[in-house]
Amino acid sequence: MKNALLEIRDLHASVAGKEILRGVDLTVNPGEVHAIMGPNGSGKSTLAHVLAGRPGYEVTKGAVLYRGRDLLAMKPEERAREGVFLAFQYPVEIPGVSNVYFLKNALNAIRKHRGLPELDAIDLLQLTKEKARLVQIDEELVKRPVNEGFSGGEKKRNEIFQMAVLEPVLAILDETDSGLDIDALRIVASGVNALRSPERSMIVVTHYQRLLNYIVPDFLHVLVEGQIVRSGGKELALELEEKGYAWLEKEPAAVPALPV
Amino acid sequence: MEAVAEETGYVPNFSEFEANRAGEPAWLADLRHAAITRFTQLGFPTAKAEDWRSTGVGPIIATPWALARTGQGQPALEAARPPAGVRVARLRDVLAKEPEILRDRLGKIAGFASNAFAALNTAFFEDGLLVEIASGAMVETPLEILFESVGSTEPAVSHPRCLIVAGARSQAAVVERYTGDGSYFQNAVTEILLEEGAVLSHYKLQQEDTAAFHVQTIAVRQDRASHFASHNIALGAALARTDIRVELDGEGGECELYGLYLGAGKQHLDNHTTIDHAMPHCVSRELYKGILDGKARGVFHGKIIVRPGAQKTDAMQTNKNLLLSKEALVNSTPALEILADDVKCKHGSTIGQLDANALFYLRSRGIGEEEARRLLTYAFAADVAERIRVPSVRAAVEGVLGLRLGGSVKEVLP
Repeated sequence: MKNALLEIRDLHASVAGKEILRGVDLTVNPGEVHAIMGPNGSGKSTLAHVLAGRPGYEVTKGAVLYRGRDLLAMKPEERAREGVFLAFQYPVEIPGVSNVYFLKNALNAIRKHRGLPELDAIDLLQLTKEKARLVQIDEELVKRPVNEGFSGGEKKRNEIFQMAVLEPVLAILDETDSGLDIDALRIVASGVNALRSPERSMIVVTHYQRLLNYIVPDFLHVLVEGQIVRSGGKELALELEEKGYAWLEKEPAAVPALPV
Repeated sequence: MEAVAEETGYVPNFSEFEANRAGEPAWLADLRHAAITRFTQLGFPTAKAEDWRSTGVGPIIATPWALARTGQGQPALEAARPPAGVRVARLRDVLAKEPEILRDRLGKIAGFASNAFAALNTAFFEDGLLVEIASGAMVETPLEILFESVGSTEPAVSHPRCLIVAGARSQAAVVERYTGDGSYFQNAVTEILLEEGAVLSHYKLQQEDTAAFHVQTIAVRQDRASHFASHNIALGAALARTDIRVELDGEGGECELYGLYLGAGKQHLDNHTTIDHAMPHCVSRELYKGILDGKARGVFHGKIIVRPGAQKTDAMQTNKNLLLSKEALVNSTPALEILADDVKCKHGSTIGQLDANALFYLRSRGIGEEEARRLLTYAFAADVAERIRVPSVRAAVEGVLGLRLGGSVKEVLP
């Protein structure tokens, strides 16, 4: 068996004193794409944020190993430097800071951590040009302040653009499809697909099966009330589309998913 | 009240001062007399005075200040030979040789009826600068005036006086830069007149010693269709108070007031602005931003007056404050007096900390927490900083932001 990239074991987490995750187990191997689906409020986004290290999300039980190390002990910036990337559901606007400066700072922090030489402005320009083409984002947007005045679709594309520049090892996409029309969805999905590689794993969190027509996962997990109640291949998505989540919610919680 | 002034020695000082200036024309002697008389009536402001509720001047009152030799204002090197169409003269030279040209101008815009510090300045000023921009002159190089308070062994006060006259349809930029060394008191008054159609940018860069006290009144009068932009940057001083009063005194005038106050340690930085829409069809825009760290305190008081008949006034005022520590404090007070009915007036004020979502967003991309804070703090100041068009002022602001926030900030701006 190969070494897992990410191992989540019996993860419990609370937000503002309310338990949201109630024992999540998940193993992600290098190169795999896992989709996590579930109804609103099931804990999908909480899982994504806990993995990225958002302050205010308290892990009350369980463990997360990333490349064999305790992910939960790392600060958010350390996780990013180690290759974890979260594409936000609601990307934050930062007036006054240009995208380019932001990316240069981020990329060089990561490169420094990995013992690579820092990129100068010219190298970065080259790189952003190439990556902007990949995700079909307007180069003018790259020069503007981070996300300020961007449309919903532009913000999501900017997330994938950042992912392309920062080249993470583990990318977590939190409802990257929400609010996108079909054209924008196709562009975002093709950008994500272009970044698939045997060295890069992804966790794609989504509410709708639609996205999975474009980003085809290796595994699909259904999260209900803070637990994974069902795991399967991509065909599970079709079943979900047909029947909705209700049939899973009625099943006893702890049955599937756990490796025996 | 008189007792206060006497105790602090200002009145006896004035008698001596007056005796030494026996050669001055009668109109000026009368002006000084009226000013010291008004000062003794007013006394130094106390916390009971509406305009001084948030700023105590105890340390200024308690110190017996000697009149300083420095800090009186001199043209910076670049302005030593002013460009065509501009006259820059030391006020003391004008007072000695041709005082009559000041007769109808001095003290006409900066009144002292309710401003004790302006009254003191009017009574005691000896020097400063007269800047005259000829009608129609297009001056591309900014004129820098340096007020440097140095070399005094005892606590010293300067009362520099500046008069800037922007002739009709002229265009120019003037920079007043205040620096110094040690504990001193700078009490400046600047009067600015914009004639019809004049365009003037005025920069105040306050970089006094953090042990110094700084008070300045900037009084501006704008004729028809003139455009005044003020950039008021407060970085230094233990206690600093700037009063800016703009009278829009002709139709179609426009003024923009920008301010940035960056306080740390125990600094107290106070900005009071008044925009007086006296005539119809005038536009005013105001944006003041404060960043306060440590135990620093910021005060912003922004008054907008719309006189009866000043129809079609369009006024917008914004004050935003960022508190970087739990002990930092800010008082923000908008005050609108609207006496006309067909006007557009908006104001808004915020006080907050760094945005936790933005902080997490930056960190989630690998940027360290300290650097992320710096970046967001700089970004907060960006919309005022990026309006600064004079490179030396911009560099000073970026330098201080960089120094205070650490690291290089030059590339941050979009």
